[in-house]
Amino acid sequence: MERDTNFVLGIYEDEDVLKDAVTKVRDSGVKIHEVFTPYPIHGLEDVLGYKRSRLPIAAFIFGVCGTGLALTMQLLMMAVDWPMIIGGKDHAAIPDFIPVTFELTVLLASFGMVGVFMVSSNLKPWGQPRIFDTRSTDDKHVMAIDLAVNAGLGEDKIKEVLQASGASEVNNKSFE
Amino acid sequence: MAHVTNFNLDQKFDFTAALKKSLMIMGGIGALLLVLGIFTAGSGDHGHEAAGHGTEHVDAAAHGDDHGAHDDHAAEAGHADAGHEDGGHSAFHWSERFFANLWINNVYFAGIAIIGVFFFAIQYASQAGWATAILRVMISLGNWLPFAAILMIVTYLVAGHDLFHWTHADIYVKGGDHYDHIIDGKGSFFYWPLGKGTFPIFWLGRMVLFFGLWIFFFTKLKNLSLQEDIHGGDSYWYTIRKWSAIFLVIFAVSSSISAWDWVMSIDTHWFSTLFGWYVFSSWFVAGLSAITLITIMLKERGYLEMFNENHLHDLGKFVFGFSIFWTYLWFSQFLLIYYANIPEETVYYIERLRSDSYGGIFFLNLIVNFVLPFLVLMTRDAKRHTIFLKVVCTIIIIGHWIDFFLMVQPGTLGHNGGIGFMEVGMFMLYASVVIFVVLSGLAKKNLIAKNHPMLEETYHHHI
Repeated sequence: MERDTNFVLGIYEDEDVLKDAVTKVRDSGVKIHEVFTPYPIHGLEDVLGYKRSRLPIAAFIFGVCGTGLALTMQLLMMAVDWPMIIGGKDHAAIPDFIPVTFELTVLLASFGMVGVFMVSSNLKPWGQPRIFDTRSTDDKHVMAIDLAVNAGLGEDKIKEVLQASGASEVNNKSFE
Repeated sequence: MAHVTNFNLDQKFDFTAALKKSLMIMGGIGALLLVLGIFTAGSGDHGHEAAGHGTEHVDAAAHGDDHGAHDDHAAEAGHADAGHEDGGHSAFHWSERFFANLWINNVYFAGIAIIGVFFFAIQYASQAGWATAILRVMISLGNWLPFAAILMIVTYLVAGHDLFHWTHADIYVKGGDHYDHIIDGKGSFFYWPLGKGTFPIFWLGRMVLFFGLWIFFFTKLKNLSLQEDIHGGDSYWYTIRKWSAIFLVIFAVSSSISAWDWVMSIDTHWFSTLFGWYVFSSWFVAGLSAITLITIMLKERGYLEMFNENHLHDLGKFVFGFSIFWTYLWFSQFLLIYYANIPEETVYYIERLRSDSYGGIFFLNLIVNFVLPFLVLMTRDAKRHTIFLKVVCTIIIIGHWIDFFLMVQPGTLGHNGGIGFMEVGMFMLYASVVIFVVLSGLAKKNLIAKNHPMLEETYHHHI
């Protein structure tokens, strides 16, 4: 999928200024592409209007798969393919299977969750994550505005809005 | 987001007449069911000893017929079963079931009461600020402790012989008909320094000591917290943290030993090395549910404005997490015994699983205490809305009562036990009295620790 290449960046010094700025920018009709911060900021998702992550649902589905896989595997091995009597128990001694079932549930849930997170946040091995401004890993908050998405407003208007919202710098950023 | 921080901190819980009335109705229904249970147990079951009890006169004629048969049976069986785990007296009498019920509720509600103090101490030891608004709710559970102490000691003195097999003096007589070398080996744990089979001074002394310590720490922590209301300042927080830390060490030991003494010693031959934790986890989930329910009740009556769905979410997570912790311990105990298959260990589960009286309840215990909270409280929304928590916490409180029922009744009553009118009635009666005592305690003082240094933190708690 072809990605948009031209962005305007607003650089902010302070997290409270940033949070107010997000509200102001959104109120003025500019759509924010993404905000990059050096550390998690409480309540930023709320002002950005992000929906809750659906990661827990993925974790649940992977967990159920793990439970199913573990029980199927053990039942097939221990009761169908090569029935064995261990400790005088039934072939299908469910209590014995619980520890392995638990472990596989946890394993698949956690691996699945990590995998889904990697893919959905573009950290997958074949992904090419974009770095808008390296200072967002140090001491600056960076707000990225996609020019193609906000084509109706015009670049000058967007820069004006960012400037007015308290940005210390407003830069252009283009990717190849 | 602007936070409102000018909350009314001087609120006091008003224990209204209407609330008192509904508690009395609940207690009344409980008492009625209890009496009904005594009548049905008195007329239905196997045989009775002499009908010397007032309540039995009514059906004295009815059971007169089987009296002869019963006497033969008693003479032949007598105490010949002294070596058996179930300590089942062949001559079953309704009073035994009554005493077993007393013991279940004594242990259960004493545990919930001390868990309130424990959870309060945990907040200080872990320097937690989120729960500052409900600290008084936690500590108020401890108001039941003095009553619990008296009831426990009196119940033991009255009914100890019926409840605990190890109280029978003849099992310590070497060479005697009923000599039991396993219990004899454990005898010192009950009777030291006196002779075995006399007066269990060590056992009873521990009970008195533990309740004494628990009541002392409850009073100490409560009073320090109340003085903070008057004088303010950070120094009280540090003092409470110090006392909390000391209490937690003492509680870690005393909760485990009390579980062995009060619950595990019923099945005197049998032992489980994680039983102390198991009982503690059962108490803890029930106590957390009680704290959650009282908080929701207060919130619905307009108190605790600063307590919002974020705090509720945390309480929900505690209930959810520790339900799983309880299941973990339950299963750890079960799996090892099942897998090793050693007769003296498996007898505990055979008594419960291979029994018409307890087999179904055994699985019900797992469903209501694990499957239900696990599935219902899994989502974030369920933990943030009072309706889910109200339903689940109520079921958990009943569920962990069932857990204690399963720990006590098979060992004391054998096949004569079960959940009937007497069990339901006694539970309702106890619960209403406990709630009454706890809420009266809560209503006496300010509902919020108004000079707590972490109040600001609780206002802004956001997850």
